[in-house]
Amino acid sequence: MSAATKAIEAGHIWTFPGGIHPPERKELSNQSAIRQLPLAPHYHVPVKQHSGAPGDLLVQVGDKVKAGQALTQVGVNNGLPVHAPTSGTVTAIGAGIIAHPSGLADTIITITADGDDSATTLAPIADYTAVSRAELLERIKQAGIAGLGGAGFPTAQKLALQRPLDYLIINGVECEPYISADDRLMREHAQTIIDGTEILLHLAACEKALIAIEANKPEAISAFEALLHEHPKLALRVVPVKYPSGGEKQLIQLLTGRQVPSRGLPIDVGLVMQNVGTAYAVAQAVVQGKPLIERVVTVTGENVEQPGNYWVRLGTPVDYLLEQCGFKPEPEQRVIMGGPMMGFTLADLSVPVVKITNCILVPSSQELAPAQDEMACIRCGACADVCPAQLLPQQMVWLAKAKDYDGLEKQNLFDCIECGACAYVCPSEIPLVHYYRKAKAEIRNIAREKAKAEVARERFEARQERLEREKEERLERHRKAAEARKKAQAEAVEKGGDNPQDAVQAAIARAKARKAAQAAAAADKKTEGDDA
Amino acid sequence: MTLITALSVLGVLALIFGLILGFAAVRFRVESDPIVDQIDALLPQTQCGQCGYPGCRPYAEAIANGDDINKCPPGGETTIKNLSELMGVEAKPLDAAHGQEDVKKVAVIREDECIGCTKCIQACPVDAILGAAKQMHTVIAHECTGCDLCVEPCPVDCIDMVPVPVRPENWQWDLQQIPVRVVESSN
Repeated sequence: MSAATKAIEAGHIWTFPGGIHPPERKELSNQSAIRQLPLAPHYHVPVKQHSGAPGDLLVQVGDKVKAGQALTQVGVNNGLPVHAPTSGTVTAIGAGIIAHPSGLADTIITITADGDDSATTLAPIADYTAVSRAELLERIKQAGIAGLGGAGFPTAQKLALQRPLDYLIINGVECEPYISADDRLMREHAQTIIDGTEILLHLAACEKALIAIEANKPEAISAFEALLHEHPKLALRVVPVKYPSGGEKQLIQLLTGRQVPSRGLPIDVGLVMQNVGTAYAVAQAVVQGKPLIERVVTVTGENVEQPGNYWVRLGTPVDYLLEQCGFKPEPEQRVIMGGPMMGFTLADLSVPVVKITNCILVPSSQELAPAQDEMACIRCGACADVCPAQLLPQQMVWLAKAKDYDGLEKQNLFDCIECGACAYVCPSEIPLVHYYRKAKAEIRNIAREKAKAEVARERFEARQERLEREKEERLERHRKAAEARKKAQAEAVEKGGDNPQDAVQAAIARAKARKAAQAAAAADKKTEGDDA
Repeated sequence: MTLITALSVLGVLALIFGLILGFAAVRFRVESDPIVDQIDALLPQTQCGQCGYPGCRPYAEAIANGDDINKCPPGGETTIKNLSELMGVEAKPLDAAHGQEDVKKVAVIREDECIGCTKCIQACPVDAILGAAKQMHTVIAHECTGCDLCVEPCPVDCIDMVPVPVRPENWQWDLQQIPVRVVESSN
């Protein structure tokens, strides 16, 4: 065992550069147990709630569905299914505003609840060690499980990568201010999370899992400490409070001292990470056969009367959720999906809660000031000090403003995790992350255009080639036809038959003779006339 | 005698070095990208012919032979800038005689009006229109380069050029353009 591995085993906690300590404000929402939200009259289920292609539709308008029934299937694009959040009727399938910062529309399945909430489940798998790995992965996929920590990457796809792993890391850090959904889940459902972790360990063919919790969650820590002595493969790691400790690359650095290479994946350094919510969902899907139709959402901020955590069915409109929690909007109220650091302001409150929605934040204008006007950079360098990825934020902003995309890639723009620490400390109120996101989108678009141009070139060249070939084939056909004609003639002559050429000659001769005869007749007439 | 020895030694040396150089020239030949391919890679591959040549590759050949670099409206400023860097010439504004830079578009056939004449199929430079004689035609949207060449031949004018829709995947983070609905105060 190497020294580094020994240190990991001993529970050494490394550190990562930068980071900030914003006010946590978690006490607003983490004081009460997770409550069940009453059934909504309508649910809007977007077909795409994860990163990747959507699945193929399985239902039509007018269909009756039960809670947990698949509305889409994996399909040709290898998408992830979504499920009906409650029993009812499919009343519409069409474009609707989705939970995305753009406020753009995508395909949404609207379900009108019948109030029965009758459910259908998949067959529970009592002993997950008795079934094959492929079957377990298929179950996780069919249950529609995507990473619940934020990025929404399909969990089965992540687990399908078969590479030697040193550790599975279960992320219960939840470092973003205000959010306490994972905290409450860990306090109340530690056993289910541990069950899920054991299943994930089994699937990853890995010997050891590290469960990471931030030091500001003592109740969650003690909940796990009480249970972990029965699970020798699982170990608890308490990480110090700092934002963004819960970032994938940052947490890996904290727990193992390893750095994920630029544009690489944790699996490149022998690690894989899952969120505690994902571990819970995996246990539910495998042991109980329950597909992913609800999740814990923190509803918080000073402008809701009952802040706290709620079990919310996926597809619940945000306005219904807020109504149930005592929404008291002030003029020009902002509603943020996600936390104050990485969330985005909703363009419309009819958008649904989706798999990656961990928080709905309704701040008063005192607690979270609206964005100020951007001022000139004073080159204080505070942004570079707090960047957890050790990038040069102000350099990148200048390059982004100049649209120097090559320069941005050289500055490793794509290593930016958009944590917002730089914008948080900026005294000039520069929305740095906004510039990075815009530049990233532009670079991705340029790459897409380039790929498309490449396809267009291939198609153009293939068409030119085809036209050329067709032209040659046509000429060749004509040549062959002429040859065949000539050959047929020659054969006919040989057999002693009439040479068509002779017939032509004969016709010409006949015509000549007729002309000659006519000329002769005319001459005769003239002579006769003279005679008369 | 000395002179002859010297000359013959030098001659032999020259021959040996000549052979080495000749061998190296063949063995370590650098397969550089011909300039036409490099130019072609910078052009947008719309194959629209607005430059006056029947496609992007013919225009690339023309540029290699000294034609102006500012005749490509779909490529616009960006393409002119890239070409000027590659060719070592000054970037010029787009030649207005060849058209204006426009948003990306895609052809859409109004299918109930299509009479199935196949004229647009023959005009499409990238084979992005599907159909047969006297059958309805349709555009394979993701293969369409938006070149406009199918619009003119259509005898019933049933082809529209529509701007490529903005989707969450290709959205540009223009936060100012989002219609944020202000929630009214309840009190």
